[in-house]
Amino acid sequence: MTQQTNASKPSGPLIITGLVILLLILHQDNWFWTDGRLVFGFIPMALFWHACISLGAVATWFLATCIAWPLADEADEQEGGE
Amino acid sequence: MMDHPGLPQLIIILVYLGLLLALGLFSSRLFKGTKEDYQVASHSIGPFLLLMSIFGTTMTAFALVGSSGEAYREGVGVYGMLASSSGIIHSLCFFLIGVKVWKLARRHKYTTQIAFFRDRLDSDFIGYLLFPVLVGLVIPYLLIGVISGGAVIQSLTAGLAPDLPMFQAFDPAGKPIPALHGGVPPWLGSMVICMVVLVYVFFGGMRGTTWANTFQTLVFMVLGVITFFVIANKLGGQESILDNLKALANSVPEDKITRSEMSKTKFFTYLLIPLSVGMFPHLFQHWMTAKNAKAFKLPVVCHPLFIMIVWVPCVLVGIWATGTLIPAHPPLPSNPNTILPFLVKTQTSAVLGGFLAAGILAAIMSSLDSQFLCIGTIFNNDIVTHLLGNDRISDKQQVLFTRLFIIGIVAVTYLLSLGNVRSVFALGVWCFSGFSALFPIVVAALYWRRLSAAGAISGIFAAITSWCILFYQGTRVPMEKGGLSKFVLELPIGEESYEIMPVVVMLLSSTVTMVLVSLVTSKPSDEKLAKFFD
Repeated sequence: MTQQTNASKPSGPLIITGLVILLLILHQDNWFWTDGRLVFGFIPMALFWHACISLGAVATWFLATCIAWPLADEADEQEGGE
Repeated sequence: MMDHPGLPQLIIILVYLGLLLALGLFSSRLFKGTKEDYQVASHSIGPFLLLMSIFGTTMTAFALVGSSGEAYREGVGVYGMLASSSGIIHSLCFFLIGVKVWKLARRHKYTTQIAFFRDRLDSDFIGYLLFPVLVGLVIPYLLIGVISGGAVIQSLTAGLAPDLPMFQAFDPAGKPIPALHGGVPPWLGSMVICMVVLVYVFFGGMRGTTWANTFQTLVFMVLGVITFFVIANKLGGQESILDNLKALANSVPEDKITRSEMSKTKFFTYLLIPLSVGMFPHLFQHWMTAKNAKAFKLPVVCHPLFIMIVWVPCVLVGIWATGTLIPAHPPLPSNPNTILPFLVKTQTSAVLGGFLAAGILAAIMSSLDSQFLCIGTIFNNDIVTHLLGNDRISDKQQVLFTRLFIIGIVAVTYLLSLGNVRSVFALGVWCFSGFSALFPIVVAALYWRRLSAAGAISGIFAAITSWCILFYQGTRVPMEKGGLSKFVLELPIGEESYEIMPVVVMLLSSTVTMVLVSLVTSKPSDEKLAKFFD
């Protein structure tokens, strides 16, 4: 646990947990289920929304590596890093 | 000569396979001769190679041909069901399981999942139980790759040698099948694929596999995007690419650009399928190659982006095939999984067809290699060496055993691929469901101190039992209703009935059993807990 607190900010894992839950809720987009609009004239709304979910996942996981990384760098080196 | 049907495609495929062999043989020159180097590349893989090899391993042929085929059949909803969900869940698994397992494995010198579970739970039996389960779930996955490889080569080289009896393909009425006739027969294509993968895995080990995966991942990502734009320009018939994209989107029927035909509860419960990556033994072995824990950061962040780059174009091509801008002749094939190769063959040049074939083969082989290597590794480490004792077998002998097992598993897979072809494709989602059902075991082993060996073993038995019962029920679904691949459970609530994926029941069975049995059996020793929970 010491390593975890060294690696991540105390609120980091909580923020990431919240964001992942939010992504999973947004993933079940019942509100766009029968929406036939074409975004930019060529991307169906459902596909556009889920592509945005993918980008949201990229942003969330990037943030996770900054504020909630489960291993401290010094521990990383001890475990055999070069 | 280059106008001969199927010849440019064949030449490009052969050149591509030759490049792979050269890469594998070159990487073998860096081989240090040790078991650790052969199986996990001496833990030397940095962020970029780790990203590419992990992505290539998790994306199979399904990423290119299956995604477009499913979009053709089900519409745009398949992206949310299979791709965006994976973007969230796969990275979650890398983050929560991959990094932690890497740390423990480096500290306690594990190469395989089974070694980790044996030590964590102080149980030899769990290894003997997991071995057939993991191999049994990987083999159908391997078969899908080997069979797809043969089928893709045949369809994209059709017309090459229609006079050669073994290259001919007839329908039951005895008429030639235009999309396949004269193409390289599937048994030959599959054999070549197996041999090429075998050679670079045999000589290059994990380093060769990682390099080949990186090269192949780049190939199938770039070619997928190029194919998308070429097909859009050909089918759209407008001046600019944007106008072509708009014209094609407007030609698609309403039910394919919405999810009006898709069950919301099935869509929701499909979220559990990507959890399977947490228990893939071949992915576990790739995690072990990481130079340090920081190397995981790039795969964790970029994996959802890469999925999007590959899947969005393929899903769009799949729905365009349902639209009015598709030429009436030649007619579309009846098998949705051949939609993409068909469009490439009829709407683009022979050269692009050859490159796309290489791209699809890249996606297939980048999964096959890791799976072959992994099965060879667990067979050597967790069965042979475990039984005979590590001290009695030298490193050199262990490399030899691993290689021999790889040859054996390639041979078995190839022979099985010559059998009943059709039923294997339906097994894909069942393999993933099986791995997902085992997911609670690895999470509990890493994060729950109370997990006992009896709890984990009972959980595995519950997963196997529920899988077998549901699989049996799935086999009773008539083919006209979609057969095994379309089997869902009906959950009646009030007057409504909701479709849910069988994986929900499997996951619940294993979780509840594991928790209950762990709580009523003795907990692990303090010494053991101190080793795993610092």
